Amino acid sequence: MSSGQVVKRVKYKATVKDPGTPGVLRLTQEKFVFKPNDPTTNNKLDVEFRFIKSHKHTKEGSGKPPWLNLTHAQGSYIFELESFADLHVCRELVGIALSKHVQGEATKVISEEQLSSAEMTLRIKLLQEDSKLQRLHKELVASGKLTESEFWATKKKLLDQDESRKLKQRIGFKNSLIFDTKPMSDGRINQVKFQLTPEIKYQACFLLCIFALKPAVHQAFLNFVPSKMNEVDFWNKYFKAEYLHSTKNAVAAAAEAAEDEDLAVFLKDDEILEIEARKKVRRVDPTLDMEADQGDDYTHLPDHGIFRDGSKEVSEAQNALYKRTLLQDLNRQGAVVLEGKTLDMEMEHPRTVAEILARRKQKSDEVVGDEERQNRISKMTPIEDLQAQDDHNYAPLCIKDPRDYFDFQQANAVKTLDDSQPGTEQMTCSLGSEEAYGSLMAAISKIQATGLRDPLFSPDVALKVLHGLTRNISSTKNHLGKTSQESVLDILPNTTKEKLLDHWVCSQELLRHFWSSYPVTTQNLVNKTRRLKDSISQIYSKLEEIKVSASSDLRHQVSLVVHPMQQIKVYGQFFTQALDAALLHYDADIKKRNARVSKKSNGYV
Amino acid sequence: MPSAPSKIYADDVSLLVVTLDTNPFFWATFPFPFAEFLSQVLAFLNSILLLGQLNQVIVIATGCNSCAYVYDSSSERSHGATTGTMPALYSNLLHNLNEFLAKDRQLDASQKPGTVPSSLLSGSLSMALCYIQRAFRLGPMPPQPRILCLQGTADGPEQYVAIMNAIFSAQRSTVPIDSCYIGSNNSAFLQQASYITGGIYYKPPQLDGLYQYLSTVFATDLHSRAFLRLPKSVGVDFRASCFCHKRTIDMGFVCSVCLSIFCEHHDKCSTCGSVFGQAQLDASAANRKRKA
Repeated sequence: MSSGQVVKRVKYKATVKDPGTPGVLRLTQEKFVFKPNDPTTNNKLDVEFRFIKSHKHTKEGSGKPPWLNLTHAQGSYIFELESFADLHVCRELVGIALSKHVQGEATKVISEEQLSSAEMTLRIKLLQEDSKLQRLHKELVASGKLTESEFWATKKKLLDQDESRKLKQRIGFKNSLIFDTKPMSDGRINQVKFQLTPEIKYQACFLLCIFALKPAVHQAFLNFVPSKMNEVDFWNKYFKAEYLHSTKNAVAAAAEAAEDEDLAVFLKDDEILEIEARKKVRRVDPTLDMEADQGDDYTHLPDHGIFRDGSKEVSEAQNALYKRTLLQDLNRQGAVVLEGKTLDMEMEHPRTVAEILARRKQKSDEVVGDEERQNRISKMTPIEDLQAQDDHNYAPLCIKDPRDYFDFQQANAVKTLDDSQPGTEQMTCSLGSEEAYGSLMAAISKIQATGLRDPLFSPDVALKVLHGLTRNISSTKNHLGKTSQESVLDILPNTTKEKLLDHWVCSQELLRHFWSSYPVTTQNLVNKTRRLKDSISQIYSKLEEIKVSASSDLRHQVSLVVHPMQQIKVYGQFFTQALDAALLHYDADIKKRNARVSKKSNGYV
Repeated sequence: MPSAPSKIYADDVSLLVVTLDTNPFFWATFPFPFAEFLSQVLAFLNSILLLGQLNQVIVIATGCNSCAYVYDSSSERSHGATTGTMPALYSNLLHNLNEFLAKDRQLDASQKPGTVPSSLLSGSLSMALCYIQRAFRLGPMPPQPRILCLQGTADGPEQYVAIMNAIFSAQRSTVPIDSCYIGSNNSAFLQQASYITGGIYYKPPQLDGLYQYLSTVFATDLHSRAFLRLPKSVGVDFRASCFCHKRTIDMGFVCSVCLSIFCEHHDKCSTCGSVFGQAQLDASAANRKRKA
């Protein structure tokens, strides 16, 4: 590692599916060389790292072999290493080599930590979408105040947000009519083979599908399997019925059913389905009942819905029946796919699977009962649509625009300059509680006795108040710009305003980084704080610049009451207060650290 | 400051909850007599009721030991017969206020003589919000609520947390808190309350014309307010009180977990129990080190 060279035994794969050529990989900081064990193959590689764009690797414990994937312009080189320990060694070297080359070219600053290309594009996309962020990025990263990774470390949320946007959908079952296992007929008439290996059969998923899609089979399995027949018989019967069903040979099916009553069970799905459908229909709001009936289309069942036209021809009826069953199958399939529950265990005995399913169903039925009760309650209350919302939607607690806060603070600062009043003068009360309460009650009884004064106050006072109020309103107007809604920042010329806001955002970011790097524990952090401190102290001079440039501009605006310099100063104060605190802390910390170091050396040496 | 227009109100019907400062110690030292103040306020309440038949006025007395509802224009008893010279509103309110004061006096704990105890503004704000919540649940079209604080006593920093909580819940249910402060300095609590909830803070400079200020600034319903130019607060005192000594502070220590505010460094947050690292105070840290 220290010599800058790593030699490992690897298999080289040109593609992922390639079985791989065994050989030796030699990695140095500049290039990597692959020599196959078999000198006759022409899979030799000798590539310099500057052609490599990025690298990926498989994770330990992900079940995949240790692969190192080096991406270049046309594709990628994949090396399968012997162990993950080897992989880590290689990865480290590749990381160093790549970062060296990339930094040498001075294109994008890539940090110690290597990025996947997906993350890189995500960052670029975020920057493109948000111009403010881009400006900040340019200001801080391009000038070397922060490294790329430091910058993004505080923006984790943005990155995650984008990530989470992608992976929200739950994965359902594979969407094919799974129970349609196709029979393989060998040409003879009564011999039909279903290709059903025990692996498939025992796969919980498969069973789950059959049981979920065909409640009758589920029921039958629970009833019959250990007691009446064994499993193999059961499945034989099931697929026989399935086959008969699929040939649509109704007569033959009927005959078989008459012969074998167990078989008949499979052909009578409808009963259970009907019960279920009824249950569902009951769940629907009473006002929607009819539509639910039509949509579910179980109207052909006796005692359910209305036959609109009784005089249909038989052939048509049969066709309709077929259509209906297909629709039902599709609906049922859809419902099962949407429910999408998978069992936790993969290989289970079918009996347990069936039981678990039955239990689960019961549970959901209980929930249904609950819902029904709720339904009844809602029926008793007036129809919801016609009522006003009874839950008061609350306004969100909001942190206001920081600008707003400045305005109010600014006015405060100006006011204290004007007033220069002592802040808190404690009022003293010489009276005891008895006298105080007594005088208050006397005042009340005085009004009770004499009534209100008539007139309430003199016209002089009224006039004074009126003048006072109008003056107050017009003065606040002058104070705070053209309209009373306008903020102090808007008085400033646009460029100054922009600059100030930019600086504000920038220094916020710097300060956040500064404080987050405390306590300083590693050399890395020491460097970072030093760098941050320097850039913070630069802001002072920049603010000064703005002050100078802005004041000359603003001097022309004589109409303004408040001296523009003062405003800038006030803004400056907000910046500098925070910045001062940071710098003070830095100095104190350095002193402390130095003291500690010297003490240690005294104590131990 | 837009407040979320999410609820459906009867837009020109107001539910005005007035909190009335009845701190006897304050009024005993204040140059403006209480009788004068009360008669101006009574006239104002009467004019609110006159502005609209459906308007509703609730008065809550803010004492220094307790708070109580002293008047509710919607209750049956308030519509009693006028007694001689006065309308029912006045006589009822005055009667209740007298009773309240008598009760408040009994609760009075002995305190340091010479100081004015603060009024229980947090309590009366909470009661006002409770009443408003009840009004929300009463019918499909509640009158549009607002709170008006008539306050004279200086802020009691010990109530900081309770008042801020009341303010935030008012903001959350979009109830503006207007405040008319008649004391000598500005009230930071009320300034913040009005700022956060989008109400009006006003400190009338001339108290003998109080009625006129009240009727010009605070009488209009919230719907009409959008069309008026009302006095804008020039500044808000955003200072907070520390949780440990209830002092009003400019700069302090903030718990990074629960945002509690302290005026001095603690080893442990008294609110949420988080243990703070020893980043500060080199001297004491060094001392501890040496001992160990």
